Amino acid sequence: MKKMPFSMHVDLDQFIPATEEEKAYMVQMRPSSTFFKDGVKRLFKNKIAAISLIVIVVITLSSIFIPLFWPYDYGTQLGISPGKPVDASYANLAPFQYGETEQERINNGEKIFPHIFGTDQAGRDYFIRVVYGTRISLAVGFFASIIVLIIGMLIGSVAGYFGGKVDLWIMRFVDIIYSLPDMLMVILLASVMKQTLNPIIEGTVLARIGSNIISLFIVFALLYWVSMARLIRGQILSLREQEYVLAAQATGAKGGWIIRKHLMPNCISVVIISTALQIPNAIFTESYLSFLGLGVNAPMPSLGSLASDALNGINSYPYRLVIPAIVISLIVLSLNLFGDGLRDAFDPKLNA
Amino acid sequence: MSENTNNTPLVQVKDLKEYFNINMGLFKSKPLKAVDGVSFDIKKGETLGLVGESGCGKTTVGRTILRLYEPTGGEIYYKGKKIESKADIREFRKEATMVFQDPYSSLNPRMTVSDIIGEPLDVHKLYSNKKEREERILELMNCVGLNSEHASRYAHEFSGGQRQRIGIARALAVNPSFIVCDEPVSALDVSIQAQVINMFDELQDTLGLTYLFIAHDILVVRHISDRIAVMYLGKMVELADAAEIYEHPLHPYSKALMSAVPMPDPKVARANKRITLSGDIPSPLNAPSGCPFRTRCPYATDKCAETMPEFKEVSTGHFVACHRVGEIN
Repeated sequence: MKKMPFSMHVDLDQFIPATEEEKAYMVQMRPSSTFFKDGVKRLFKNKIAAISLIVIVVITLSSIFIPLFWPYDYGTQLGISPGKPVDASYANLAPFQYGETEQERINNGEKIFPHIFGTDQAGRDYFIRVVYGTRISLAVGFFASIIVLIIGMLIGSVAGYFGGKVDLWIMRFVDIIYSLPDMLMVILLASVMKQTLNPIIEGTVLARIGSNIISLFIVFALLYWVSMARLIRGQILSLREQEYVLAAQATGAKGGWIIRKHLMPNCISVVIISTALQIPNAIFTESYLSFLGLGVNAPMPSLGSLASDALNGINSYPYRLVIPAIVISLIVLSLNLFGDGLRDAFDPKLNA
Repeated sequence: MSENTNNTPLVQVKDLKEYFNINMGLFKSKPLKAVDGVSFDIKKGETLGLVGESGCGKTTVGRTILRLYEPTGGEIYYKGKKIESKADIREFRKEATMVFQDPYSSLNPRMTVSDIIGEPLDVHKLYSNKKEREERILELMNCVGLNSEHASRYAHEFSGGQRQRIGIARALAVNPSFIVCDEPVSALDVSIQAQVINMFDELQDTLGLTYLFIAHDILVVRHISDRIAVMYLGKMVELADAAEIYEHPLHPYSKALMSAVPMPDPKVARANKRITLSGDIPSPLNAPSGCPFRTRCPYATDKCAETMPEFKEVSTGHFVACHRVGEIN
C-alpha cells in the first residue's frame, strides 16, 4: 500500500498478528487474595502503623522476657541481707551507680550487672520495676479491653438488631450505669472487691495474680462496657436497614447468623478503633487506682504506681517520673496510631 | 414464557393485608394500609407482572408473600399448602427467593462473591463438603454469565449489571421454583436492562421458574410477563393477560397508565391521546372511602364514594375492580 505523505490513514502493513504468548499476557488476571491478606498487606504499606506495631511488639515482648534473665528482682531490696543491718547505700542510687558492697566486689575484679536506672528509695533495681510495671499495665489494658469488647458487643448487637422492647430495656439499663459517677463507683467497687475476693481466691492460681488486679478487671467489666454497647448498637441500628440484611432474611438466615456474618464485619472498623482507644483508657484508670492505693498490691509495681511514687522525690530524682511517663506515652501513642492503621487497612470502602 | 397448564396454581394469595403502624405523637398510632386486600394466583411456569406507581404497595406485596413482613391479614398458599408455622416458612424459603432492586445495597460489601452466592447454601446446609459447595457456586456463576475468576472478589469491584447477576445467582442457589423480582432492572441502564431481562427469560425456560415480576416500567413488564396486575393505593385494580391489558385496559387507571407508555414510533405516538389524570396519589394514611381511585377518576359517581368495587371477572381471565366498567367501555 502506497502511503500518501499527508494521509492520516494507518499503514496496515505495520501491524503483525499477536503471538500466543502475547495473547496470554493480555488476558492475565490479578491473582485473587482473601480479605485478610489484602488487609495485612495494606497495613504494612502504612509506615506509621507498621512502626507502631513494632514498638508495641518490642515493648510487649521485652516486658515478658526481660524478667526471665535479669539478675535483679522487682521486690528484692538490695541493701537487706540476712543477719546484717540495712545497708543504706543501696537506696536512691543514680543510674549506673553501685552500692558499697558491690563497689568492693568490683574493686576485687568481679563483674556486677549495672543498675541501668539506679534504684528506688527502698533499694530496689528501678529498671526491672519499670519492666514489671509495663507488664502489669499492658496486661490490665489488654484484658480489660477484651472483657469490655465482648460484653459490649454481645449486648449492643442484641439491642440493635432486635430493637423494640428488648432495645428499650437494655438501653435504659445502660443509661442507669452511664449516669453513675464512674470514678466513685470504681473506688467503691475496687475497695469492696479487695476485701471479698481475698478469701475466695485463696490458694488458687488467681491468688498469684492478686486480688487487686482481678477486682480491677471486674470493675472494668461492670462499668465500661456501656459506651462500647452504645456504639455498637448505633452502628447496628443503621446497618440492619441495609438491603443485604433483608436479603439474608429472605434466604432464611436467623438473627445470630445475620449479626455474625453481616452486621459485625461491617462495624468491625469502629470496634477496632474504639478497642484500641480503650486500652490506654484502661491503663490510665489502673494508674489512678494505683495512685490511690487501690491498684496493684505492693511490692508489685505498675507504671501508674511508679509514677505516683516518684512524685515524692521529684526534685532530686526527676527521671523516676520521666521514665514510666515515657513508657506510658509510647504505649498509648503507638496503640492509637496502630488502631488508625488497622481501620484504614480493613475498610474496603475507604480503599475502593 | 411457557404455558404450563397445571390446575393448582403455584402461589395463591387470598385477601392479603399488610398494615404498618405509624406513630403519631407519643401514644397514638395509625395504621398505614400499604396492601389492603389483594388476591391473585400465579400458575407454575408463568410470569406475573405487577405494576403501579411509587408507593402503591408493589414491593410490600412481594415482601409479604415471602413472609419478610408478617401479614396483617389474608392467606398465602404455596403448592396448595398454607404457609403458616415457622417450619412452613423455613421450608418455603428453600422454594421461594427474591431478587432485589438495588444491586449496590443488596450485596454485603464485606463478603466475597462466592460467600454471597453461597450464603443460602450455608444457611440451609445444602452441601456435604467444601468441594461440593465450591462446585455449586461456580455452576451458579456460570449460569448467570459471571467469570469463575470473580469468585473471590468483593462486590464493589463490579459494575451494576454484574452485581445484579450476583444477586440473581444468590436467588438461584437453593434451586427455587418461585422468584420474586422486586424491580430488578430499574437501577440498571437500558442496554444492561435488556441483557438482564433476557437472562431472566432464559433462566425461566431452562430451570422452569415462576416469577412475580415487580416493576414500574410497563414495556419491560409487557416483554417478560404472561399476565399483568395493576395496583393502585394498596389495592389491585386490574388483572389480565399481558397483551389484553396492554391493548384493551378496562379500568380508568390502567387506561391512563397504558396511554402514558412511550411509543418508539412517532406516528403511533401522535395518534394516541394521552389521558392525563388530575391531582396526586392520596396518602395511604388517609385513603379515600370506597374506590381508592375515585378522587382522580373522570367517571366517578356517588356510588364510587360509598362502596369499594368488587374485583370481578368481566371476561375470561380479565379481572377489574370498577363499578362502571360496563358503562365506560
